[in-house]
Amino acid sequence: MSDAQTQIPVTVLTGYLGAGKTTLLNRILSENHGKRYAVIVNEFGEIGIDNDLIVESDEEIYEMNNGCVCCTVRGDLIRVVEGLMRRPGRFDAIVVETTGLADPVPVAQTFFMDDDVRSKTKLDAVVALVDAKHLPLRLKDSNEAEDQIAFADVVVLNKTDLVTPEELEKVEATIRAINPAARIHRTQRAGVALGEVLDRGAFDLSRALENDPHFLEAHDHDHDHECGPDCDHDHHHHHDGHDHHHHDHPSDIHDVTVKSVSLRGGEMDPKKFFPWIEKVTQMEGPNILRLKGIIALKGDEDRYVLQGVHMILEGDHQRAWKDGEKHESRLVFIGRDLDEERLRKSFEACQAA
Amino acid sequence: MPTVAPLDLDGHCVAAVFLNDVPHFALADGAIHRLDNGHKTVQANDGLLAAFHDTANDRLITGGEDGKVFAVKTGGEASELASAGRKWITSVAAGPQGAVAYASGKTAFVRFADGKIKEFAHPRSVEGLAFSPKGMRFGVARYNGATLHFPAAEGKPVELEWAGAHTGITFSPDGAFLITTMQENALHGWKLADGKHMRMSGYPGKVKSLSWSVKGKWLASSGAPAAIVWPFASKDGPMGKAPLELGTRGNTMVTCVACHPSQEVTAIGYEDGMVIAARFADAKEVLLRRPGNGAITSMMWDKEERRIVFGSAAGDCGVIDITA
Repeated sequence: MSDAQTQIPVTVLTGYLGAGKTTLLNRILSENHGKRYAVIVNEFGEIGIDNDLIVESDEEIYEMNNGCVCCTVRGDLIRVVEGLMRRPGRFDAIVVETTGLADPVPVAQTFFMDDDVRSKTKLDAVVALVDAKHLPLRLKDSNEAEDQIAFADVVVLNKTDLVTPEELEKVEATIRAINPAARIHRTQRAGVALGEVLDRGAFDLSRALENDPHFLEAHDHDHDHECGPDCDHDHHHHHDGHDHHHHDHPSDIHDVTVKSVSLRGGEMDPKKFFPWIEKVTQMEGPNILRLKGIIALKGDEDRYVLQGVHMILEGDHQRAWKDGEKHESRLVFIGRDLDEERLRKSFEACQAA
Repeated sequence: MPTVAPLDLDGHCVAAVFLNDVPHFALADGAIHRLDNGHKTVQANDGLLAAFHDTANDRLITGGEDGKVFAVKTGGEASELASAGRKWITSVAAGPQGAVAYASGKTAFVRFADGKIKEFAHPRSVEGLAFSPKGMRFGVARYNGATLHFPAAEGKPVELEWAGAHTGITFSPDGAFLITTMQENALHGWKLADGKHMRMSGYPGKVKSLSWSVKGKWLASSGAPAAIVWPFASKDGPMGKAPLELGTRGNTMVTCVACHPSQEVTAIGYEDGMVIAARFADAKEVLLRRPGNGAITSMMWDKEERRIVFGSAAGDCGVIDITA
């Protein structure tokens, strides 16, 4: 009988070699924050801390045998998590470090698709470390850097001391263009408060969008206002230079192939909305990296929250709408080759009469 | 009426076995407990992940987080057989002539009785290991199939392909069939004589426990609300035949199976800790242990066919005496 054991939160750390992952990991392992972390790394490399809870594991991508090319999991993680969870008293949370070129999707999907892993752990957040100086180059090289940003809940924009303020603005605007929903932290030497990267509950439907009080509102308010999805930032900075109105359009920034589509509407007819979102994720799944949404369902007292990774879709009633809160539906897709016009029209067609 | 002598331990039991008729319980923390005129303990790995009962030598082979392989014998002797560096040892197996195989990352190792070690590098992770009952041959479960090695001879391995991730592996006792457990809810099999495939699917959960019945006529498996028992008596194995479903329960899953040494009967352990025995011929069931605190993870019959040692994920282990 599996007693209602609490699920251990898992943070996924992505980022290119040299972006500062090791520095951040060292801080997680050595700072006095009162929590114990098990860390799964690809190579012990430079961590330089002797700790029984650092596990070296070869990245092993397994395609699921269901004919869906985007249904991939990290086979090695299934085994390592199973092993770690046999002795759960040793740590409070797990951090998974991926290699520089890693696709974050199989890591994340492991925590949704494998029943054993899912029953014992829960994905907390995907954190991408980005080297402010080298990001433009990385984006030219390949899709991976872009995927890592597109997929992230938190982006740590590191090594800001190596670029000019203008370059920094441009890099941040690029990140925003790729992923308008992520929270961005500007840092030097990965000096982000650990509370901003750990225990975020970004995949927790009851918390995910609460963390982002302005979820999907960026293009609604004043463009020179200094509030964005990252407004709980420890050191505010101005967004004046940002082209916020470009968020939901194909990016005009060179070398960016990911785009986001932000949709908003009124109350939805559940009989139309659910078949629609099922169909969209089935048909467009391979192109969708992430989706997040808050849906107002006609005749429903509660907010309905949704999130997805490729073809995996999760949704739940979150909480009652507050008095005076506008019953509106908001949904963002981040991905490639998304037909914005068709998504918008079909989304709007799901609105209750 | 069967009686249960409980042994409440603190931690996940990886393996429960008899060594020289003494019940032994290998826990995930590497402590090996035994009921040998009282409760005694010996430490093996620092973090124990995999264990295999070496029948021929009556010892337990263990592998763990410390990258080491131990051999545990009755009387509290735990000796280190091999060390493979800082990576976890994720699978172990014992074979003929005292040979032991173990896996670390993408490498499978065979340690011969004289202490010589041979390495077998693979392009992908070595997920599961098993020796063939005949000859010096072992199989590796891997992504997209299985690989057969002949460690005593030079020469190319035999590759058996089937799409998907194969996580565990076993040979039939006559060496005619090779069966793998998969990441998906299915078993796959090959008839080794001609490479014919056998698909055994329809499980609602992953299959983690397999047990061959006497003379390999049946293969019992976990992963469903009943023990799924496939017929292997004919030369083509279970193809075109329906399996037996024994001990079906509505509210829980079978997590462990252990076939009786000489009769067509299997012990069945469930997620809620219950243990029963079921007879293949008429599906008759006998309750052996009421539900406990954790899923049954391991079981073994003793040589006298009188007792069953069992371990659970919550540490509530024990010995069932079926004759008492």
